[in-house]
Amino acid sequence: MAVAATTEAGARPARAGRRLSAPSWVGTVPFLAYVAVFLLWPTGIVVVDSLKNPAGGWAFANITKLGDPLVRGYFIGSFKLCLLSSVFGAVLGAILAYAIASGDPDGPMRRLYLAVSGVLAQFGGVTLAFAFLVLIGPVGLLFHASWFYSFPWGITVIYTYFQIPLMVLVFLPAIDGVKVQWREASENLGASAWQYWRYVGGPLLMPAFLGGALLLFANALSAFATIAAWENQIAYIVPQQISTALSSEVGLSNVNVADLLALGMIILVAVVMTGYALLQRRAARWLR
Amino acid sequence: MAAVTSVGETPAPAAASRPSGMHTRRRRRLKVFRYVVFTVFGLFFLLPLLAMARFSLEGAKLGTWSGTAWKQIASYQGEGVPPLLSSIEITLELAVITCVVTLALLVPTMIWVRLRVQWLSRTMEFLSLLPLTIPAIVLVVGLGPIYNRIQHYSLSALMLFWVYVILALPYAYRALAAGLGAIDVKTLSEAARSLGASWFTVMVRVISPNMRQGILNALLLTWSLVLGEFTIAFLLLYNNLSVELYSISRNTPNAGVIFSTSTAALLFAFVLLLILSYAGRTRRGRG
Repeated sequence: MAVAATTEAGARPARAGRRLSAPSWVGTVPFLAYVAVFLLWPTGIVVVDSLKNPAGGWAFANITKLGDPLVRGYFIGSFKLCLLSSVFGAVLGAILAYAIASGDPDGPMRRLYLAVSGVLAQFGGVTLAFAFLVLIGPVGLLFHASWFYSFPWGITVIYTYFQIPLMVLVFLPAIDGVKVQWREASENLGASAWQYWRYVGGPLLMPAFLGGALLLFANALSAFATIAAWENQIAYIVPQQISTALSSEVGLSNVNVADLLALGMIILVAVVMTGYALLQRRAARWLR
Repeated sequence: MAAVTSVGETPAPAAASRPSGMHTRRRRRLKVFRYVVFTVFGLFFLLPLLAMARFSLEGAKLGTWSGTAWKQIASYQGEGVPPLLSSIEITLELAVITCVVTLALLVPTMIWVRLRVQWLSRTMEFLSLLPLTIPAIVLVVGLGPIYNRIQHYSLSALMLFWVYVILALPYAYRALAAGLGAIDVKTLSEAARSLGASWFTVMVRVISPNMRQGILNALLLTWSLVLGEFTIAFLLLYNNLSVELYSISRNTPNAGVIFSTSTAALLFAFVLLLILSYAGRTRRGRG
């Protein structure tokens, strides 16, 4: 009796679906509709609007305005900040991840650092800028850093604060995936510690490391709150300029500046994230 | 195998779980390395937070202690901005709504896709992770027109939750996917269905309780994301906690109240984390 029921409901779920007289993908419609309205539609608006002139006609020449020296300046600023903060974040995060991974897998240090990383990776935002302001800013309790308001160094230090935990979260699985046997095999063949890292461990972890660094880059690229609270007068990076463009109508003639800058960001992030996905796939080949 | 490991100079990660076989000198060096790293990073992570907490207790004269800034949280009213308390209230409400909607949208859909429409799983993953590649600030540019339309009905800042769900999607999705991957969904649902359970019962009473940890993680990530969100609220001219703190800091630089509120928000997040991890662990122990 029970066996018959299992076959009926379990092994042939298609029949249950037909009884409802609706294909089973209908169940995903709410999700798909939500994403379409609040994610795909806005993105589409940005892309379409950035390629139109104020009269409403198509103007693909707009895209060349991304090369405008003024616009380029913001992208260069963004690039500097993202590169510096992702390089520091990736290297330091990898070191911390290694220290965590080399300990007891159920130890308190691992638990603590993983939990803290989870919170701090999200802890960008205005609060972070305030915290550094009272630590090393003009009113700093630790010391007064003369470079606190200099771009990109002052803000890079602040960004590193949330980049390191993110790297730990992304990179730790890769380090955990390195098998003891690989180490043992290379030692049996007479490899020194340096040779192991140079020829086995390093190359194995490299895709995961570079992938993590790219993710950090994209993360820094889209961050806005921290830098807005750090400096609200001068625009150094693209998100700041988008914000300025949205709140004032002054800008490049004939072009919706915010849309164009946003399009530039979409392109940049898409390139970076594609690289990340490719590297992750490469990394997954060995790990796990 | 253990004998081979003992020859090892640098222990590979997994070897650390059985340290007895490891070379003593090597082990000591690794131990020193670990403690140095943990101390240095610990200080880097802790000092800004401590500075903020200390500054929030600063008295009128430098170097003195006072609780004024903390008392101000309840009553602070900056120039040209709504009272601090109202923005805290809005933010908490937003966090709750966003958590509920995110879970209600994701959990059933993910289970359903896993059970019945496997061919959509790639699409679903792609869509869920897509917000990671579309910066919030880009989303705002595109949302402007949509929200302008919604605002015709003059709705409150609570309407922000529509976008916040999108922002939370990648984080919630990953947490839930990890929880879902750890259980045998198919067997559970077949067992429940063969005993006569409806799909609703399968999802709510059979599968969801088994992925409790994943759901808790998703909740925590969504919650902390909404509490700290600034970009979208700021640019759509809504007043949530971050925007309020930002406005106060612009009007009154170094106002004590922004540091006490920030510290309180952070403490709140940590306490929540503790409670959630504790709740998750006891549950798992019992099950």
